[in-house]
Amino acid sequence: MNKIHIEGLEKTYASRVGRVTALAQVNLTIQQNEFITLVGPSGCGKSTLLKLIGALIRPSRGLLLLDGAALTRPPRDVGIVFQEAVLLEWRSVLDNVLLPAEILGLDKTKARARAMHLLGLVGLAGFERRFPRELSGGMQQRVSICRALIHNPSILLMDEPFAALDAMTREELGFELMRIWDTDKKTVIFVTHNITEAILLADRVVAMSRRPGRIAKIVDIELPRPRTIDMEFSPQFKSYSDQIRAVIYHGEGDGGR
Amino acid sequence: MTAQLIHGTTETSDQAAESSESSARAILGATLTFLALVALWELLARGFNIPGWLLPTPSAIAIALAEWRDELVRHSLVTLYETLLGFALSIAISIPLAAAVVHSAILRNTIYPILLTFQSVPKVAIAPLLALWIGFGMLPKIAVVFLVCFFPIIVATATGLSAVPAPLMELIRSLSASTMQTFIKIRFPTAMPYIFVGLKVAITFAVIGAVIGEFVGSEDGLGYLILVSTSQSRTPLAFAALVSLTVMSIAMYYGIVFIERIAVPWAPKT
Repeated sequence: MNKIHIEGLEKTYASRVGRVTALAQVNLTIQQNEFITLVGPSGCGKSTLLKLIGALIRPSRGLLLLDGAALTRPPRDVGIVFQEAVLLEWRSVLDNVLLPAEILGLDKTKARARAMHLLGLVGLAGFERRFPRELSGGMQQRVSICRALIHNPSILLMDEPFAALDAMTREELGFELMRIWDTDKKTVIFVTHNITEAILLADRVVAMSRRPGRIAKIVDIELPRPRTIDMEFSPQFKSYSDQIRAVIYHGEGDGGR
Repeated sequence: MTAQLIHGTTETSDQAAESSESSARAILGATLTFLALVALWELLARGFNIPGWLLPTPSAIAIALAEWRDELVRHSLVTLYETLLGFALSIAISIPLAAAVVHSAILRNTIYPILLTFQSVPKVAIAPLLALWIGFGMLPKIAVVFLVCFFPIIVATATGLSAVPAPLMELIRSLSASTMQTFIKIRFPTAMPYIFVGLKVAITFAVIGAVIGEFVGSEDGLGYLILVSTSQSRTPLAFAALVSLTVMSIAMYYGIVFIERIAVPWAPKT
């Protein structure tokens, strides 16, 4: 099922100047296999929201349900990709991809086969025995995506995964990700500060604004799939982008209702 | 993409060839400079007629090295034994202790500050006390070596074990990895390059520690030999002992560098 239900979620941090609200009153329901992007300026709490969903941090207040059950510890069913690939430099590409399988104690032969399959999907067949330092940034990030998918999670959390890459690699990886998602459906929650990327990838864009971090607007993206690069120049795309820009920069919005 | 990578690899191997060439040149340069300095020393010592008991010529030192070969080897082995034993003991205790400090907030707040305070006590000053407490055998020397090595190794190890990037820790946590899994698969390998930095610092301290231990009270070892030959104005022998000590120290340092290359091939070369 893997429906994620969030209600009245809040996260505050203690700081030198008192409590800081990172996230206030977030209400959001994410359907199974939905591709959600969280977009907003830095400090809008989008990464905080992602970490809350991964149960990496605890909410200060509010409700966070996964399939109707409260989420208190990291669900096994989640894969994570960060801005940096954070690969283990002493492990080969293949062994890096296999790390979660080892920790979870999955069947070795099956995991190996799946790792090879995933590496093939992202165009890294033949690179299994290479070491991270021998790969470009884009290739490292592809490896980290394979690592996140090795245990076949039903939820994929991505925290600005392409932000450190050059524009071309970024587009390339975006399309690769959608291709994988098309063949192997998952719930994807993808954080970005790039509005174009957010629209191009998503079923729904959750636009967030700052101080305190909150959902300003949720935009349904009705562009047909598979998405193509020319869609970026369609009037529909521009209208999405204008809507999102307006709420992010000018604070107009309906709070996602 | 494949073409890109192949291109990238070629570039790296070109760089490697270039760097090995430049390092060969650096070694040659250093050797020539060293030989020139020794020659200059020989010339000046002879030219100014400096008495041998004050500053022996390099040739006199070479003669002493040959003449006292057996004695030098015997004393070197004693010092080597003390150094390696103290060093090994230090590794055996400080690395597990560093792991404990990293994993336990209580230890971090209790033992660690005490260690830091203890580090400020000059170990040279403790050597006579150690002799007082545990006698004049090999044990107090090993103890001094242990003490001087302990701190650099524990600090380097604790730093290394804590150097896991935050996103990686989150990834591991999301998989509900056990503390043991995290330690073996992530923390310890991450710490390896740091540990070797600590070991390299420690091994140079170790030799100094052993010699200090021998200075305080001993009947063998290179420190003893230096002390005795100096007091008897056999300065060339003292220098010969010094040369042995230096060679030993350099050999142990590069021994560790060698082990590091094998154990931590991903570490940046220093």
